[in-house]
Amino acid sequence: MLVYSLLAGLLFGLYFSLIGLGLNLVFGVMRIVNLAHGDILMLGAFLAFWLFTLFAINPVPAIAVAFAVFVIVGLPLYYLLVPRLLRAKDPEMLSFILFFGLSQVIEAAATIAFGTSERSIPGGELGAAIAAVARVFTGHAVENGPVEIFGQTFPAAWVASGLASGFAVLLVYIYLYRTKLGTLTRAVMVNREEALATGINVHRVSAIAFGIGLGLAAVAGVFAPFMLGSITPAMGAEVTVTSFAVIVIGSLGNPLGTVLGGVIYGVSYMLMQSYYSSWANLLPYVLLIAILLVRPSGLLGRQVRRA
Amino acid sequence: MPRVLRHALLVLLPVVAVFAILPGVYSNHLLLFNFIVFMMLAQGVNVIYGFTGYLPFGYVGFFGAGAYGFSLMVLHLHAPPLAALLVGAAAAVTLGLLLTPLFRLSGAYFSIANLAAALAVFQVVSNPALEEITKGPYGISLSGVFNPTLAYATALTLLAATLALVIYLRNSHFGMALQAIREDPISAGMAGINVVRERIIAWLLSALIAGFAGGVFAWYVSVFYPETVFSGEFTIFAIVFALFGGNATVIGPILGVIILYGIYNAVGISTPQYFQLIYGALIMGLVLFLPNGLVSLLQRWGIDVP
Repeated sequence: MLVYSLLAGLLFGLYFSLIGLGLNLVFGVMRIVNLAHGDILMLGAFLAFWLFTLFAINPVPAIAVAFAVFVIVGLPLYYLLVPRLLRAKDPEMLSFILFFGLSQVIEAAATIAFGTSERSIPGGELGAAIAAVARVFTGHAVENGPVEIFGQTFPAAWVASGLASGFAVLLVYIYLYRTKLGTLTRAVMVNREEALATGINVHRVSAIAFGIGLGLAAVAGVFAPFMLGSITPAMGAEVTVTSFAVIVIGSLGNPLGTVLGGVIYGVSYMLMQSYYSSWANLLPYVLLIAILLVRPSGLLGRQVRRA
Repeated sequence: MPRVLRHALLVLLPVVAVFAILPGVYSNHLLLFNFIVFMMLAQGVNVIYGFTGYLPFGYVGFFGAGAYGFSLMVLHLHAPPLAALLVGAAAAVTLGLLLTPLFRLSGAYFSIANLAAALAVFQVVSNPALEEITKGPYGISLSGVFNPTLAYATALTLLAATLALVIYLRNSHFGMALQAIREDPISAGMAGINVVRERIIAWLLSALIAGFAGGVFAWYVSVFYPETVFSGEFTIFAIVFALFGGNATVIGPILGVIILYGIYNAVGISTPQYFQLIYGALIMGLVLFLPNGLVSLLQRWGIDVP
């Protein structure tokens, strides 16, 4: 039971880090709070669902499609909303309200377009794709079914989502620390004004970070039918709160802290589910408040407390 | 004429008079009651966000605390409604006191923590494990004290008191101090304002307003579920109404409630998705093009708005 909870917590933790990562990237670079994050994830989930239902496209290629589509959506959206917002007196607070408006628009449009019924993709689809990939690498047929780790069996979709999330986090790390654009992005994160003074095209860097943030949310959405249960247009708000819990535990504005936050969140969630299931829903909120009060900058963060 | 008196004559008196007369000529009393509740909530948000600059994203927690404080007194101790109402308000203020450490956080951190706090209170209240005390997720029924006429009159009195408080803030040293804290806490402290104390007083006043609103709401509707009184919509509506009309004024939040909640009841009930769509777009447009609300249009022409 304990081993099972820890391992399942780790798999979900990796997935939760992926959910939080895009939100944290956007906050870190622009200091704006994207309350529509969960709704972008929902759109990504629906994209995967329709690709699968209409064209029988497996969720694995859908990951690339979702990422590309939402990066392309994110760039103009940035120029439409953010520069104007940043000119206001209190952009951080107003971004709360602005992106709440956006989340309402997305949720309403999705409800009008898709209806309110719950939808899902069979878990075996992701497992089958993973089995096919494994066959290419190992050279012999791999059975498509539950995966056994340390004597515990998990649905193949969980393992696949967890591993893919870890891989996505790794890619973001490489982007931030091993590419020129990533270095510029980190410069903007540290100090927007100084980056501007150094001659960095802050808006271009921010727009790309914004696009990647939305793209990551959409990728997390592709796995949502397997990890979060069936998908509906109204699922976004809850996902947003969860991602906040994850990134605050890690540290707001530090994308790598998100992994720590995600794993802590995932493991403690699974432990609560196993041992005190009736109070498990309370966990994200209590954890969030506790961390904020004890270490407002998150576990890996620098000091940000003011006044 | 002193500004306080002028504001009372221009805003408080007409609003209270209209809502005292309307039940006699308009039959949907629940709708009128909801208008009163939202005016109180929008003014409560005004006190803490408009004047002090802290966005209470979990404001509904106080509303729910008020509603449950009221209901539990009536259910378990058979308290008379007016006494229970005071306990409901006290419950909200107690919650506010418990949350004062959140002021160590700033900006978005405060809002997120406040939201988490409201959701945590909801999870506790609606937990099936506490069914003996709070009835858990199965909801509250208070048919014994059901008295819509008296509840409506009480709500109207509370609204009048709320408006009087905001008029006081608008025209007093204390209100100016709060706005100074909003603009720059460090300079405000240097100017001799006790930042910590004044901010907490504003926060508790705001909680008190929401607690009273929640208690009287529970009394009026008398049957409700935890999701009803902890619905995030109360927070959102209150914030948007206040923002739409114009924060840190007396008339702004009232205008916001009358216009937006009016539209909501005209089109929102029959086609909720389309309303949500328009509403979201309206909020976005507001933040981008009119961040200081409707009254800022008047203020731009040099009119002294109450």
